[in-house]
Amino acid sequence: MKIRILVSLKPSVLDPQGQAVKNVLHTLGYKSVKDVRQGKFFEIELESLERQEAEKLVPEMANKVLANPIIEKFTWEIIEG
Amino acid sequence: MNETMKFGVVVFPGSNCDFDTFHVLQNVMRQETVFLWHKDSDLQNVDCVILPGGFSCGDYLRSGAFARFSPIMAEVQKFAAAGGLVLGICNGFQILLEAGLLPGAMLRNKNLKFICQHVYIKIDNNKTPFSQAGKKNQVLSIPIAHFDGNYYAPPEMLAELERKKQIVFRYCDENGQLTEEANVNGSLHHIAGVVNEQGNVLGMMPHPERASEKILGSADGQVIFQSIIDYLEKKTDSRKKKAGRITRPVVSPLPPHIGNL
Repeated sequence: MKIRILVSLKPSVLDPQGQAVKNVLHTLGYKSVKDVRQGKFFEIELESLERQEAEKLVPEMANKVLANPIIEKFTWEIIEG
Repeated sequence: MNETMKFGVVVFPGSNCDFDTFHVLQNVMRQETVFLWHKDSDLQNVDCVILPGGFSCGDYLRSGAFARFSPIMAEVQKFAAAGGLVLGICNGFQILLEAGLLPGAMLRNKNLKFICQHVYIKIDNNKTPFSQAGKKNQVLSIPIAHFDGNYYAPPEMLAELERKKQIVFRYCDENGQLTEEANVNGSLHHIAGVVNEQGNVLGMMPHPERASEKILGSADGQVIFQSIIDYLEKKTDSRKKKAGRITRPVVSPLPPHIGNL
C-alpha cells in the first residue's frame, strides 16, 4: 500500500519561504499569483494493511514525527493498493 | 574548592557545541562535568542536564525532530518531571520544543538566512534558576547562530507565557529597547528564551557558552551558568539544614515561585 502525506504550515502561521517563492514568481512576471504556501511531501510504502489500520497508523505517524502539530497541518491519501 | 555541582552535557550525533559547553562548565565555572551519550540511559546523577547546540541527527525533517527520540531523552523527561534542571541551548532548545518539554515551535528565520552574530538580550524574568544571578532588564551580549530561531506559539499559548512570566530572555538593542531591528530572527514577542511552567526547564537560542570569557568578547553568558550553580547550591544547603530539623515537614525542593504545583 502506498500513501501520500502532505505537510504544510497552518494558515495562521507565517510562511517566509512561501513568501520568497511568491516574490520570485512576481519578479518573473506571474502577476496573477496571489499567495504561495510551501510544505513537505512524503510517499510512504506500507506493508499491505486493512484500510482501517492505515487510518489509525498514518495520522499517528504524522502527528508524532512527520509534522509538528503546533505549526503544521497534514492531509493524506492512499495512492495505491 | 570543596563540593561542586555536577553537570551533564548530552552529546547527539551532530552536536557541535558540546565541547565548548563542557569547557566553560569545567574550566571557567569550575564544576564537575560529564558528557552523556545520546544512546545512554543513565544521567550519572547529574544536578543539571544541558542539551548543547549543533545539528543533532542532521536536523533532518525539522531541527531537533529526531534527537528527541534518542534513548537519553526518556531519562531527561523523567529528570525534568522530577524537578531536575534542564537547559537547552540553540539546537538544544529546538529539541526541548520538539519533545514537548517547552511550549511553542521554531520557524525559519524571517529573513531566510542562517544568522551568526552577537545580539543583545534582556532578562525579562530574573526569578528563575537560570537567570537569578542577573538583574531584571539587564542587557546581555551573547551570540546566536541558527537558521530556525523564529519562535512561534499560537496566540493563546503566547498570552499564557506572558501571564506566567515564562519569557525569560528577549532580543533587544544595546539599551534594552525592543526594536524591530533587534529582533533579528522575527521571533514573536522578541522571545529568545522561555522556561516551562514549573520553572526547571529553560530553552534559549543565544549561546552563553560562547560568551563566558572576556577574551572572547563577552563574559555575559556566565550569568546563566552562575544562576544555575547558585540555585543548586542553595537547594543543597537547605536540604542539609532540613535534614537536621526533623520536626519540620518536608518541603518541596522546587523554587518558591512554583506555587501552582
